[in-house]
Amino acid sequence: MGVSTANHPAPRAKRASQRIQLDRLIDLLLPLIAVLGALVIGAFILLLLDVNPFEAYRAMFWGAFANKNGLADTLVKATPLMLVGLGIVIAFRANVINIGAEGQLIVGALLATFLGLQFGGSLPGWVVIVLAVLGGIFMGGIWGAIPGYLKARLGVNEILSTIMMNQIAIQVGYYLLRGPMIDPAELEAGTNIPHSARLERVVDLPRFTDIAKSLGFTGTAKNLGLDGIQAEIYGLLAEPTRLHTGLIFAIIMAVLVYIFLWRTTIGYRIRAVGLNPHASRYAGISVKSYVVLSMALSGAFAGLAGAIEIVGLHHRMFEPTAVSAGYGFSGIVAALFGKLHPLGLIPSSILFGGLLVGGDKMQRAVQVPQVFVTMLLGLVVIFVVSSEIWSRRRANRRVSVDTDEEAGE
Amino acid sequence: MPPVLELRGITKQFPGVLANDNVNLTLEKGEIHALLGENGAGKTTLMNILYGLYKPTKGEIFINGKKVDIHGPTDAIRQGIGMVHQHFMLVPVLTVTENVMLGEETTRGGMLNRKQVAAEIREISQKYGLHVDPDAYVKDLPVGIQQRVEIIKVLYRQANILILDEPTAVLTPQEVEELFGIIRSLVDQGVSLIFITHKLKEVLAVADRITVIRRGKTVGTATPAESTEKSLAEMMVGRAVELRVKKSEAKPGEPVLRVENLVVKDDRDSVAVAGVSFEVCAGEVVGVAGVQGNGQTELVEALTGLRHVESGTITINGNDATNVTPRQVTEMGVAHVPEDRQRDGLVLNFPIKDNMMLNTYYNTFANGMVIDQEKVQRISEEWAKAFDVRTPSINVPAGTLSGGNQQKVIVAREFSRPTRLLIASQPTRGLDVGSIEYIHSRIIEKRDQGNAVLVVSTELDEIRALSDRIAVMFEGKIVDILPANRVTKEQLGLLMAGSRPDNLGSVITEDVAAPL
Ligand SMILES: Nc1ncnc2c1ncn2[C@@H]1O[C@H](COP(=O)(O)OP(=O)(O)OP(=O)(O)O)[C@@H](O)[C@H]1O
Ligand SMILES: [Mg+2]
Repeated sequence: MGVSTANHPAPRAKRASQRIQLDRLIDLLLPLIAVLGALVIGAFILLLLDVNPFEAYRAMFWGAFANKNGLADTLVKATPLMLVGLGIVIAFRANVINIGAEGQLIVGALLATFLGLQFGGSLPGWVVIVLAVLGGIFMGGIWGAIPGYLKARLGVNEILSTIMMNQIAIQVGYYLLRGPMIDPAELEAGTNIPHSARLERVVDLPRFTDIAKSLGFTGTAKNLGLDGIQAEIYGLLAEPTRLHTGLIFAIIMAVLVYIFLWRTTIGYRIRAVGLNPHASRYAGISVKSYVVLSMALSGAFAGLAGAIEIVGLHHRMFEPTAVSAGYGFSGIVAALFGKLHPLGLIPSSILFGGLLVGGDKMQRAVQVPQVFVTMLLGLVVIFVVSSEIWSRRRANRRVSVDTDEEAGE
Repeated sequence: MPPVLELRGITKQFPGVLANDNVNLTLEKGEIHALLGENGAGKTTLMNILYGLYKPTKGEIFINGKKVDIHGPTDAIRQGIGMVHQHFMLVPVLTVTENVMLGEETTRGGMLNRKQVAAEIREISQKYGLHVDPDAYVKDLPVGIQQRVEIIKVLYRQANILILDEPTAVLTPQEVEELFGIIRSLVDQGVSLIFITHKLKEVLAVADRITVIRRGKTVGTATPAESTEKSLAEMMVGRAVELRVKKSEAKPGEPVLRVENLVVKDDRDSVAVAGVSFEVCAGEVVGVAGVQGNGQTELVEALTGLRHVESGTITINGNDATNVTPRQVTEMGVAHVPEDRQRDGLVLNFPIKDNMMLNTYYNTFANGMVIDQEKVQRISEEWAKAFDVRTPSINVPAGTLSGGNQQKVIVAREFSRPTRLLIASQPTRGLDVGSIEYIHSRIIEKRDQGNAVLVVSTELDEIRALSDRIAVMFEGKIVDILPANRVTKEQLGLLMAGSRPDNLGSVITEDVAAPL
């Protein structure tokens, strides 16, 4: 403190600051409470469908979190959510809304695949991985920069232009996968399914199990005599699952974005432009350039997500919308879920990844229609967004509410 | 008869700040009650409590002798309380009628009934002498008229207790006169008024009674008859205040700023600055006087790189500064206190410390691309202390500061770095007498350190107190530049109105407040 000249009795100030901490905690837990709220409403609907909600939700949580394969799937889905979400956070901080992560992810995946196929045989594996990832970042960045530029130069609404860029990306993808990039095997067989050839194995991003093996953990949980939770965790880390090192990469990225936004001059500019473009101009910041830059970065992260999906999970490009799998949109929700904070995205992507995986498992276990899962996710979105509004309103009123108890003393 | 309004023992504790401490206030029917106090004394907070925006920690509110609970503006409006905020709350892209209706839409068959509301607005305008065009867009109106819209909005909701929070801070002297006319006619019709201002002259001219608060506490109540500017200032600040700046004769050196035949257009693409030439030398203060809207804003924006120059040249320290970027202007050693502090001068959602580094974040406060947090913290604290920014911490958002303290953050930032040229637009708008005294002496100090200083102000007193030379702007031109000690206030007033004191064949336009 120190600069104060106003009167503030010490004990009061202390209590007030404790209240502030409590409020912060509530704010942090709010997304979780919102999820619970959505689940409760979902439970009523399940009852109407004549399904036991406890059974359904049990299937969901067991499916998503309580066994090694489910957890692996959850984390595999969390990876692109986190990366896309980071881009969304950057754009949001600059007060631009990027609805185009789908398209950016697709073009990133396309270029990554192309580079992987092109150099997969001739260069060392890790070089090709780096190339593919950089290609994804580059292509996604361009796909984001275009609407950014249109907004900055011509005032074109970025929501509309990014949605249109999504369509363009999808169609370009189909064109390439039916023509120049199609798997030669498909041509031979005459089936013409639009997908590329599989990348060389050296281009595969290491999976957790590969790393565990190279460290000498070759046994399975069973023959090591583990059971229960220990077995599941060991299984997750060492046994063959789809879990790849893209997750670690995404977590590192989240930390880097945090540092970038709050510790560097560029991050300072992005946040200033988002909060007050007039003052930013006064401060000598080129507002237009930073609108373009933040969209480019936003796209770059989506493109990166696409590249990681290719080298880490799919190892080939197939139907564009199946590769993007809605991550461009659910990434927005994950970002909101994480309070538009890069570090908040880490738990929120995992939670949201879990909902996606668990929803699938629930559907199979209790035979609810697929749309129920979609609806449940929609409910979560509504609850999260309204809890966001509620907490903002609370923040406004907080100063007036948190002194109530003291009045009674 | 019980008073129209009585506040008893109002206390408001913000985290770390006791903004109101057992404040009492009574308002009689038909009274103009002035509320005086330093920046951050808690005036706005008290009024926000009355208006239901904040909940008091303690205290009671009585209206016509009856205790009332006010939980929000809706309750306040129901009790007949109306408030015009320090910072206007109008929607610029809507018309006057639409703004007045907002939140209280009159509908006919589900459709907005604009006609009827417009008619009511005309009626209110007539009754109180508040002339506005109901169909004009708010964004096209000068501040003085926007304020009338705020007042009409409140009267439309049938308020009989009116709170005006620093209504004159943004007005021209002419508009202030008009506002006082409106206030008097309101009071004649039985409305009671609480009026917050930092201008002691106004208080003495219009108030019936004066309540002074200092650091959240009521210090006392007085009447204009028994008070003088000096006594009021002392009551507010708690010490004797020097109302006039002490300064020695200027010792002008080399020209630092040179402007030649400058032409600048405004947002509506009409010429706002029409061929202006002048010089400001190191070690002198040039004051630009003029009625708001005569091109001063555009002139300053052009000088600081915020607005495109159509023709003419600007030279700063011998460097061409015509159509350069704001960053380049800053790097030429220019400090700029912008006219609209909330729009241009601050990022309200940033903590105070992040605002302190607003235009030097990349060099003074960073190593390469990394911001030196420790340094930001240390230097901001130093500056906040040096400029008496009243806040519990420099980590709170600048938006939570009182209006005057927000201005001090900007001044602290702009005055604390080495500069050659200081451009200050309305540098003391909204500041209390103590802070004005302080900032004026800092401006003179800058001058004496060899800075060239350009002060733009609509306050004639301020211009006269600070300037060594005075440039008067009228309709985009500088009509004259005069040595400050050889011109009277009356002569300045005439020049500002577009006529020459010795030549009364005046070119005065009908409504001086109208935009060009
Ligand atoms: N929402 C808020 N949260 C925390 N502190 C606040 C808030 N609003 C006001 N304050 C603090 O309360 C004190 C009183 O502020 P207030 O705005 O009432 O002052 P004021 O008398 O209107 O000053 P000015 O003349 O500068 O407008 C200040 O120290 C301010 O920082
Ligand atoms: Mg105030």
